[in-house]
Amino acid sequence: MFVYLSCVVLLLIGLYCVAVKKNLVKIIIGVAIMEYAVNLFLVVLGYRHGGTAPIIQAGLKDPLFVDPLPQALVLTAIVIGLATTAMMVAIAMRIYDRYGTFDVTKIRKLKG
Amino acid sequence: MLELNLLLIFMAVGAIIAVENHNLLSSVIAVGAVGFGLCIVFLLLGAPDLAITQLVVEILALIILIRATLAKSVPETYRGRELHSYVITVVFLVAVLAASFFAFQSLPKFGYPIMSVAQTYIEEGLQRTGATNLVTSVILDFRAYDTLGEATVLFTAIVGAITVLRLKGRKKLSEEDKA
Amino acid sequence: MRVGMSPIVKTVTRVAIGIIFLYGLYIVLHGHITPGGGFAGGIILALVYILYVLAFGKEEAEERLSKSWASALESLGALMFLAVALAGFAGGYFFLNVLPKGNPGEILSAGLIPLSNLAIMLKVGSGLFAVFLVLITFSVVIRKEEE
Repeated sequence: MFVYLSCVVLLLIGLYCVAVKKNLVKIIIGVAIMEYAVNLFLVVLGYRHGGTAPIIQAGLKDPLFVDPLPQALVLTAIVIGLATTAMMVAIAMRIYDRYGTFDVTKIRKLKG
Repeated sequence: MLELNLLLIFMAVGAIIAVENHNLLSSVIAVGAVGFGLCIVFLLLGAPDLAITQLVVEILALIILIRATLAKSVPETYRGRELHSYVITVVFLVAVLAASFFAFQSLPKFGYPIMSVAQTYIEEGLQRTGATNLVTSVILDFRAYDTLGEATVLFTAIVGAITVLRLKGRKKLSEEDKA
Repeated sequence: MRVGMSPIVKTVTRVAIGIIFLYGLYIVLHGHITPGGGFAGGIILALVYILYVLAFGKEEAEERLSKSWASALESLGALMFLAVALAGFAGGYFFLNVLPKGNPGEILSAGLIPLSNLAIMLKVGSGLFAVFLVLITFSVVIRKEEE
């Protein structure tokens, strides 16, 4: 139960950063922390005590494997997280080029 | 699992440092530390595929964040009154934490998963696909539709990022004020 | 940071790029035997190009591999993945694994899975290096206008 709750704590730290901070780069960092927390939770659900990595080797007899299904889902999710972080950084650079600041309150006041 | 608990505490402390620090470069480096801690946690949980992928993805994300935004010499964050009253936010977050504590009572205990679907993949995987790496046989043979969907999402995100940064049609704010 | 880094970094980079490229190719080709697969290998190959840009400067790196190569390789990777999927129709339904499966533990086993790994490697690697190239071009232009 401690492991599950620490995943939720990591998610809530990222959510606090997105909701409260004013700098755009800090908001991107908050979204990245939330992605790490969700991937961690999925992999934790599949762990088995005494299990090994799900790779069949020649010499082992009757091994105990961890669950390979959440690992397959998280593998693609990690790469998608990188692509969305790159897109957010691209949008942030465009905003800085147009408004001259990273502050989200000032971006609202200037209407194009 | 003492190492697992210690690494989780390390990741939480690193995330708090990344959120609360006033210098942007220190925050980015703290997020990098959280990502590397996550890579070691994946190794402890028996997922070497994920550890390799998380390591290189973390390095690339650090390079993009540092090179693209901090080259503009804006290392300080903005001080002053914060965006919403953060008392309401903290109350809401504590309520979510309490609700999730009750929701997690119905999950299986940590370390004893149910594995109703994966049992078929483990028993018949080598014979039906011929691949000894079971995770690869799941993403490229049993569940190849999901990989096709992921390739589409990746393509869309990259096309979006490249389109946003096109160099034709850049107008600065001062030029529009004059017009 | 105008034209790359010091000569020590350039010399070490010339040696290291070949080794890292070979390592990335190894992880992709052995994706169905050992941990790794197309995603990790593709990102390692993108990192090879990024190392070249960071050490030698953007202009010299763009002579070797320009942006049109990046878009061509990414589209080739996507089309190859779709071709592998449609080739399953030869056996019955979509995405069926039709090639013969050899002895487990060799590179030429597991049917269509190594080809899918290669397609994913092309797609992920060239997509991420195109994004990095565009980000660098944008920030170089910004800094030139501020001076």
